[in-house]
Amino acid sequence: MERSLMKGNEALAEAAIRAGCKCFFGYPITPQTELSAYMAKRMHKAGGVFLQAESEIAAINMVLGAASTGVRAMTSSSSPGVSLKSEGISYLAGSDVPALIINVQRGGPGLGGIQPSQADYWQATRAMGHGDFHVLVFAPCSVQEMVDMVVKAFDTADKYRIPAMILADGLLGQMMEPVSFPEINPDSVDKSSWAACGHGNKREHHVINSLYLQANELEDKVNERFKRYEIIKENETDAELYLTDDCDILVCAYGASARIVKSAVNSAREAGIKAGMFRPKTLWPFPVKELNKACKNASELLCVEMSKGQMIDDVKLAINCSKPVSFFGRTGGVIPTPVEVLEQIKKIGGKI
Amino acid sequence: MPVVFKRPDSLLDVPMHYCPGCSHGIVHRLVCEVIDEMGIEGDTIGVCPVGCAVMSYDYFGCDMIEAPHGRAPAVATGVKRTNPDKFVFTYQGDGDLAAIGTAETVHVGARGENIVIIFINNTIYGMTGGQMAPTTIPGQVTQTTPFGRDPELAGYPVRVCELISTLTGTALAQRVAVDTVKHIKEAKEAIRKAFENQKEKRGLSIVEVLSTCPTNWGLSPVDAIKRLQKEMIPYYPLGVYKDVTTKEGEK
Repeated sequence: MERSLMKGNEALAEAAIRAGCKCFFGYPITPQTELSAYMAKRMHKAGGVFLQAESEIAAINMVLGAASTGVRAMTSSSSPGVSLKSEGISYLAGSDVPALIINVQRGGPGLGGIQPSQADYWQATRAMGHGDFHVLVFAPCSVQEMVDMVVKAFDTADKYRIPAMILADGLLGQMMEPVSFPEINPDSVDKSSWAACGHGNKREHHVINSLYLQANELEDKVNERFKRYEIIKENETDAELYLTDDCDILVCAYGASARIVKSAVNSAREAGIKAGMFRPKTLWPFPVKELNKACKNASELLCVEMSKGQMIDDVKLAINCSKPVSFFGRTGGVIPTPVEVLEQIKKIGGKI
Repeated sequence: MPVVFKRPDSLLDVPMHYCPGCSHGIVHRLVCEVIDEMGIEGDTIGVCPVGCAVMSYDYFGCDMIEAPHGRAPAVATGVKRTNPDKFVFTYQGDGDLAAIGTAETVHVGARGENIVIIFINNTIYGMTGGQMAPTTIPGQVTQTTPFGRDPELAGYPVRVCELISTLTGTALAQRVAVDTVKHIKEAKEAIRKAFENQKEKRGLSIVEVLSTCPTNWGLSPVDAIKRLQKEMIPYYPLGVYKDVTTKEGEK
């Protein structure tokens, strides 16, 4: 398989095109801009549509329009831009229209900063817009995984008629790594039963809609969606378990933080501390079973994030607060070092 | 017996929720007559707004998408760019198009997006119960301008056709009304021209229809028509503001 050196943002774009994405609607924002630029260069040649929208709001609504006709559509942005897209994401969810949204996170709140961050975990997993709904959230930790997850995200979104998000960060988006593109056969999901692409006088008209004025009707609709969520929770979780079989201290981290944690865990092992790592690859659905398996023998958990502590909520919920969970994080775009994380592990190790 | 008048095939045979004397029914009918005459129902995708026409997806027989408030032009852009051979139209009110959706409206014109916009201007927010719209005329009483719209406080109305006609990508910007038989015929011709423009890939066509809202104006249907003629047409003159198919000076 051919390997090439690529930036994370560009690899995301190339993978999307290979996964059969037919259109990209974007708006410039650091640190995801290379993704748009790559699409501008490449999408046309691939027979698709690239369009720079007048705003993040317009971009996500262009995605809504295109995806409503049954084509694979995506947009990408970074934290402040994703906030603007949340209205459209809620409509996608409420209309059961699959699409891909990429968030290359930066520091917040407000305009925040442009350095890498993981401060949008809550937004992605809990509040991606108004109303009762979820989106699939994938968290890559390498450029190769960005490629693989784009394909997976499109396929899973189509399968369950639900929007999907890749929650990356500025570090992954900007870094270069060798990457290979597997032969991709985009799952060909038949969307003819719902897509609004012109009925050709051959069927009843299709309506893509999220409005239900009768409370019971809306409740039924939401309940139907939550039944689908249960199936997704059962079948679509994914996580990496690293040195967890015998670990005393289980360090939980996702995305770029997990790379730092892995180094720290290796150093801890060298220092005689039985540390392990749990890395969720899907943030919603959160890999509850996998975490419980990983921490079976651990006496304490440590959550490491590039935020003030957001995923830690899911870690505590997943184990039903049955073990102590401590937190270490840097925020605002500051990246924790392996030495800092190792110190935390040692601190906990001393207590044991 | 030969049929001389019937419901257009693309207008679904269901009861409408619109108030007595509201213009939406007439405009829906005109759009559907054009769709039928051009034989394009199966190749048309409509995008409805948030506002009184939010449920027009139940009335138009073509495939329909319900857009977030003001975003119909962006949704239509996504549809049209990925389905360039299909006919795409949006159907929007004044709050949707000229307040919350101003950016989307201006930029489909700037890009020369090859779609049709049917714009209902009745100078008021209907669905939410009669608040000031971006097109509310100075002095007009609404729920949020209880002493009449005071430009010192609430600014001035937006004249949409005049604004959109300045954009290079606009093919047609025309203001019509549906208060008289003559005007209704002209309105239909304008809508037909707009869809023909799309067929010929000429760019954005916007048809602004001066419409009545008897309920929120607090007038009878007949008096509402009189208000449209006496107050609206002088403030929003009917006519063609841009038409790329006519030579300069011909309009």
